Amino acid sequence: MTTPTMSSSAGSRFKSLPVISHLRMSSGLQRGMLVAGLILCAVFILSALLAPLLAPFGFAQSSDASGDFPRQAAPDAKFLWGTTSTGYDVFSRTLFGAQTAIWVILAAVVMSLFIGVLLGLISGYLGGWFDRIMVVLADAIYAFPSLLLAIVMSIVISQGQSSLFGGIMAAAISITVVFIPQYFRVVRAEVMRLKAEPFVESAQVIGASPWRVMFTHLLRNSTRTLPLIFTLNATEALLTLAGLGFLGFGIEPTAASEWGYDLNRAMSDATSGIWWTGLFPGLAIVLTVMGLTLVGESMNDLNDPRLRRFSRKKAQRITQSAQSGADK
Amino acid sequence: MTITSPPGQEVSPIAAPKAKNQGGGFLRYLITRFLLIIPTVFILITVVFFLMRVTGDPITAAMGGRLTPDQLAARIHEAGYDRPILIQYFEYLGQIFTGDLGRTLSDNRAVTEVLTTYGAATLELAINAVIVALLVGIPLGLVAAKFRDRYPDAILRILAILGYATPVFFAGLILKLVFGVWLGWLPISGRADWETELTLTGLQSPSGIYWLDALRSGNMQAFGNVFQHALLPALALGLLTGGVFLRLVRTNAIGTLGREYVEAGRSRGVSEFRLTTKHAYRPALIPIITVMGLQIAMLLGGAVLTETTFEWSGLGFKLAEYLTARDFVAVQGIVVLLAIIVAVTNFIVDVVAALIDPRVRY
Repeated sequence: MTTPTMSSSAGSRFKSLPVISHLRMSSGLQRGMLVAGLILCAVFILSALLAPLLAPFGFAQSSDASGDFPRQAAPDAKFLWGTTSTGYDVFSRTLFGAQTAIWVILAAVVMSLFIGVLLGLISGYLGGWFDRIMVVLADAIYAFPSLLLAIVMSIVISQGQSSLFGGIMAAAISITVVFIPQYFRVVRAEVMRLKAEPFVESAQVIGASPWRVMFTHLLRNSTRTLPLIFTLNATEALLTLAGLGFLGFGIEPTAASEWGYDLNRAMSDATSGIWWTGLFPGLAIVLTVMGLTLVGESMNDLNDPRLRRFSRKKAQRITQSAQSGADK
Repeated sequence: MTITSPPGQEVSPIAAPKAKNQGGGFLRYLITRFLLIIPTVFILITVVFFLMRVTGDPITAAMGGRLTPDQLAARIHEAGYDRPILIQYFEYLGQIFTGDLGRTLSDNRAVTEVLTTYGAATLELAINAVIVALLVGIPLGLVAAKFRDRYPDAILRILAILGYATPVFFAGLILKLVFGVWLGWLPISGRADWETELTLTGLQSPSGIYWLDALRSGNMQAFGNVFQHALLPALALGLLTGGVFLRLVRTNAIGTLGREYVEAGRSRGVSEFRLTTKHAYRPALIPIITVMGLQIAMLLGGAVLTETTFEWSGLGFKLAEYLTARDFVAVQGIVVLLAIIVAVTNFIVDVVAALIDPRVRY
């Protein structure tokens, strides 16, 4: 019996890419959830990329050639999802909000990934007093309400309100501080486990420097679980950004469009029965978070063979091939 | 009592558990675990203090635009913010030990007074939300486990993800819109009508938790009013946590439903209902207690947003107000208090978990 993974054609490499291989593994309900998640993520990314093309108006535009936009106008042909109390087009703002969200998610996750993994590696491998201090610090921060920490950080960084770039970075750094302990803990635990493995010892014996051991031997082996944390953290980053915006600690409405801030403004609209200013940015948050969570969850389940579910046809094929293998 | 092991190892869940559990292990665990609160709280206070001071003094932040530079300098000197930061830090630590958290800048109240006045409201909201979360999470989690990988399970799992994905303020907005504005069934903001509020705060030694006060004074009308006001905020915050509980109960119940003793019960002819609700249910609840501790942090974060959504005058609502006023002395006080609450709750949860499951003690 030949194992198909041995061939190195471009096709099989494509098939072994993370999401693609998961999709091939899945079936039934699990596949449905994964596909739904992927579609939601695709919509999110596309609306962020194509916002300037798709949006009929700018995110901070309250008038055009024909005069000022009406305020709190109900959805109609010109303003598909109505207008806000300041006369902005809800549809355009919701689309542009995806852009802000994606910047913050990327910046936050990349920064916390770098810092968290680095600290986890050093702390886990070297141990000693540095390790002890880092663990206590990480535990203290981990136990703290992340939103409060993010609030404190955004006060530090921007005194609460800022421009587009400043605001995105403030939100991203605030979220980064919250996330570092999570990456730190995961990587440190893995490094502690791997440290005792023979391949690390043999590297040490032949005289590899600590840095070499850490970055060539330990790094790749200890970061396998990180893609899952990535999707979970992306959702948390988005929710924290929205929370900050809702409390008025986000990006100024004229600098960028942000869903949490729009929901804050929509709160008073709701008391007079105006639903469109809040519903659409809110749904945007819910659907994006759902999409990311569904992808993360499905990948998590599929990585764990005990949770993997096969379709009846596939299960039959596997048993058959196992039998034929045993016959030979 | 000497603590031989360095605190760092005890804190870390990663560190290997101590191998042997001699007699008196529980007391030792209790004391060690209690002493660990101190570094946690200390670190948080230190981090928050220095972070808040990095950018400047609180007075400039609060009054910056409204005072002349001379007046500003005078106020800063008066409050002692022009001294070296380390001296200020040690003074602040000393103040905390004596229970003094300073005075707010925007409305000149003692921070401790703010905390005691509004803390009860936050506690009430948190309790209500946990009740909702348990009522929703446990039964539905058991149902999902029972019908694993079939339609009820799929629907419940998607609902749980939906609960997690919905920010509390958006859930609050929808609830307000539907039940408050369109149907007109429930009030959309506040903790009670002002009349009820007057009656309840006028009671002798009120606990500040309105429904408790209403019950104690036997005022059923007030209780009804408080209940109506509490329903929507509790739902908004509780459904978020309920989704987490649902997933947790599901996973654990699936684990216990597959055990031999459940199978043995089935072969003895125990009904499926009883198997799910009695045999598999109890062991599945232990992890919930541990996770509840972790959820407290999330719950408090959510409470800040929920209170702002429903104008529920608790700590979170005040926090948002002080944030807008750039009153960082007050913000620091509230944040420090919440840090202490989280640390203490985690301690209690760990102790309860150790009481239930002896394997946790090490």
